[in-house]
Amino acid sequence: MFGKLSLLVLQQYWYIIVSLLGSILVFLFFVQGGQTFLFRIGKSESERTILVNALGRKWEFTFTTLVTFGGAFFASFPLFYATSFGGAYWVWMLILFAFVIQAVSYEFRTKASNFLGKRVYENFLFINGLLGTFLVGVAVATFFSGSQFSLNEMNNVSWANGAHGLEAALNPFNLSLGLAVFFLARVLGLLYFMKTIDNDNIIARSKKELIRSALPFVASFLLFAVWLMLRKGFAVNPDTGEVFMEPFKYFHNLMAMPWVLVMFIMGVLAILGGIASGLLSDSGNGIWFAGPGTILVVFSLFMLAGLNDTAFYPSSYDLQSSLTIQNASSTHYTLVAMSWVSLFIPFVLTYVIFAWRALNKKKIDEKEMQEEHHVY
Amino acid sequence: MLDSIDMSLVDWSRGQFALTAMFHWIFVPLTLGLSFIVAFMHTIYVRTGDEEWKRITKFWMKLFGINFAIGVATGIILEFEFGTNWSNYSWFVGDIFGAPLAIEGILAFFLESTFIAVMFFGWNKVSKRFHLTASWLTAFGASLSAVWILVANAWMQHPVGTVFNPDMARNEMINFWDVIFSEVAVNKFLHTIGSSFLLASIFVIGVSAYFLLRKKEVLFAKRSTVIASVFGVMAAIGTIATGDTSARIVAREQPMKFAAMEALYEGQTHAPLVAIGAMRTDTTRFPHPREEFIFKIEIPNALSYMVFLTPSGFIPGISDLVYGNEEHNYMSYEERIERGAVAIQTLKELKKAKERGDQVSYEALREKFSDPIWIDQYYQHFGFGYYKGRELRELIPNVKVNFYSFHVMVILGGHFLIFTMLVLWLSLKNRWGNHKWLLWVAMITLPMPWIASQAGWVLAEMGRQPWVVYELMPNITAVTRLKPAAVQITFWIFLLTFTLLFIAEIRIMLSQIKKGPEGE
Repeated sequence: MFGKLSLLVLQQYWYIIVSLLGSILVFLFFVQGGQTFLFRIGKSESERTILVNALGRKWEFTFTTLVTFGGAFFASFPLFYATSFGGAYWVWMLILFAFVIQAVSYEFRTKASNFLGKRVYENFLFINGLLGTFLVGVAVATFFSGSQFSLNEMNNVSWANGAHGLEAALNPFNLSLGLAVFFLARVLGLLYFMKTIDNDNIIARSKKELIRSALPFVASFLLFAVWLMLRKGFAVNPDTGEVFMEPFKYFHNLMAMPWVLVMFIMGVLAILGGIASGLLSDSGNGIWFAGPGTILVVFSLFMLAGLNDTAFYPSSYDLQSSLTIQNASSTHYTLVAMSWVSLFIPFVLTYVIFAWRALNKKKIDEKEMQEEHHVY
Repeated sequence: MLDSIDMSLVDWSRGQFALTAMFHWIFVPLTLGLSFIVAFMHTIYVRTGDEEWKRITKFWMKLFGINFAIGVATGIILEFEFGTNWSNYSWFVGDIFGAPLAIEGILAFFLESTFIAVMFFGWNKVSKRFHLTASWLTAFGASLSAVWILVANAWMQHPVGTVFNPDMARNEMINFWDVIFSEVAVNKFLHTIGSSFLLASIFVIGVSAYFLLRKKEVLFAKRSTVIASVFGVMAAIGTIATGDTSARIVAREQPMKFAAMEALYEGQTHAPLVAIGAMRTDTTRFPHPREEFIFKIEIPNALSYMVFLTPSGFIPGISDLVYGNEEHNYMSYEERIERGAVAIQTLKELKKAKERGDQVSYEALREKFSDPIWIDQYYQHFGFGYYKGRELRELIPNVKVNFYSFHVMVILGGHFLIFTMLVLWLSLKNRWGNHKWLLWVAMITLPMPWIASQAGWVLAEMGRQPWVVYELMPNITAVTRLKPAAVQITFWIFLLTFTLLFIAEIRIMLSQIKKGPEGE
């Protein structure tokens, strides 16, 4: 089945899978967004415990999706993995560090003799929510703004400056996406609280916070989106493989791929609808709009970055070192082998959803926190 | 052959990888083994409905959870570190290495992380049967997670199923099954999993001994010990058997590692096995530095017999490998360096011909990389080419470290077999716990499998130095070109963070153990 597909089709197939994982990851950042509210919304110990436990049953999904996203990117586009991780060293190291301290915090926070104290683990969760989301946004923005690297004849990377990726966080364009992802994660976190927690104080405070996160999200995202449409992009000549700057490239991509335009608009509307639902109704269903909306928007951004003869990981330092899905991918053989495994993805999604529902049948409340055997 | 490379960059990058990998490996084997022991206990509870078994399951499950969290925390670094610190390697092997990693993510990680939540939170939320299934799926997910990373490691130790593509300057997979079912991969998986089960068994026996010594929770402790000792004996036998096979494979595929772990400098037939020994460094003899035994106890002929099943088998020493041995057909390293340099030069010329658009020369050079004879004569030595103009001793692994790691591992392995058999025998006769000193032995034995397990990895990884991909890519070309200071900073950050988390984990574990299964 897969063996008969051309290399280009397989490259596109895997770019779509990786993009899908990236989009789901941003949706699952509701865990990180929620973590930034432990102190603002959880005014008492018991409220904080409810918040931590509501998030604690889901943090593994986000974490695993991040790991799988990295693995799938390595597998399908190893040159991206080698170039970006080795080059933008500091950005990735900081992101990793933010996730290292998250992984222990849920389990260790309330345990006796936990050495660092409850508050430190709560702060770890806050740092993870702040740094993890912001820096991933900045890193993804470099897909459009470019990075400072070059590759030699062995395809080995050299970075043109000593900041090794940190310079990306000073670029206002990258910053706008970083902030947008951070505030979007917070919006999603609040909507998740409204859906899963049964506690009047928490719901009321979440509602109040929602508008405070939604406005900066809309502002930073609007800035990013308009800027993206207006800026020059990294285009590839399909005949020669030569990379060149094209004015309004990403706008052209949007027009050339109407299905992406539709997804993008639907996604934006769904996120706004989710926010409106959270503000105006008590149903708690806002997450059902904003969540899928996030996936659609992020997915369409990935499509704009990599399809339609575009370099998805461009170098602003040495244009011809830019990575495209064609020059950065694994071989036909490896992509075919992996594609067979990808058939398991629907099966994996099914059991994830099944297990998720089995544990979320009932809303989390204070009573459960007192009775439950395993509480974070 | 190589642009200037700062060796301190290589050392710090290796140091950081070793640090993060060894920290990770403190927690992983316990996760692998304990998950199955817990699933087994859980099964007995569901089958018998005996509340005591529920308490037992919950207690060990709690320790499992604490350990699992820190295993995850230390694991994420490793996946990305291949890219951040070994980016040239990532590209060189990405076509092979990436696929197992992606499969691992899709098949194993989600299985583990989804059902672990059901396992912990499912007691009152899902049916008994589904809950038990979740415990088993968590255990299988954990072991499955180990398969792929071990396949990747095995490939680095013994590259198979691939060809080198000079246009892309990378290795490309041509046979997936050769990669995952290579003898090295299968044996490595069995040995690693077996030793992890053994480690977890000894952990359960040791912790239970603590309760027996205090005469608390006696029924709980005895039942836990029976389960663990059955597991332990099977795991010990399996670990020793696969360890033996592993040594034979190393002797054949990585003779330098084999010579180093026995500190054998001059090859011989009827080679003896050094049972125990101590050594000091002599810098006056070749190849220097050279480790000389201060004392040793040898078993005559045993080394030759172990490898060839006959005492007349010839085991090459370090000198035979470095300087060559015509009689036994070992090419000298100098010759291999020359041949590797030819392969590297051919690759460079091919790139130049391509740039010039000189199609004829390009085709001729390209042809070489698909000619089996040329590959055998030149490309096979590719990695050696980078050592032209460098010192030969860079190609010899650290003998002392390998010798001691190997012997510590083997001696402890023997102890574990005798120990678990004794515990099982006494448990079955219901006499385990009658002798206080034996309980103390169990407590003292508790940390030992960690030493053995870490020693095993030290041997596997230090023994193959300087190769990242065996004889094809040395660490000096694999490393990401960063400022050594950058790697130093992250090294110290990780050391500090992991140490703090480690202390926290140990304290939490101890306090949970002291609390015991009360209130479960």
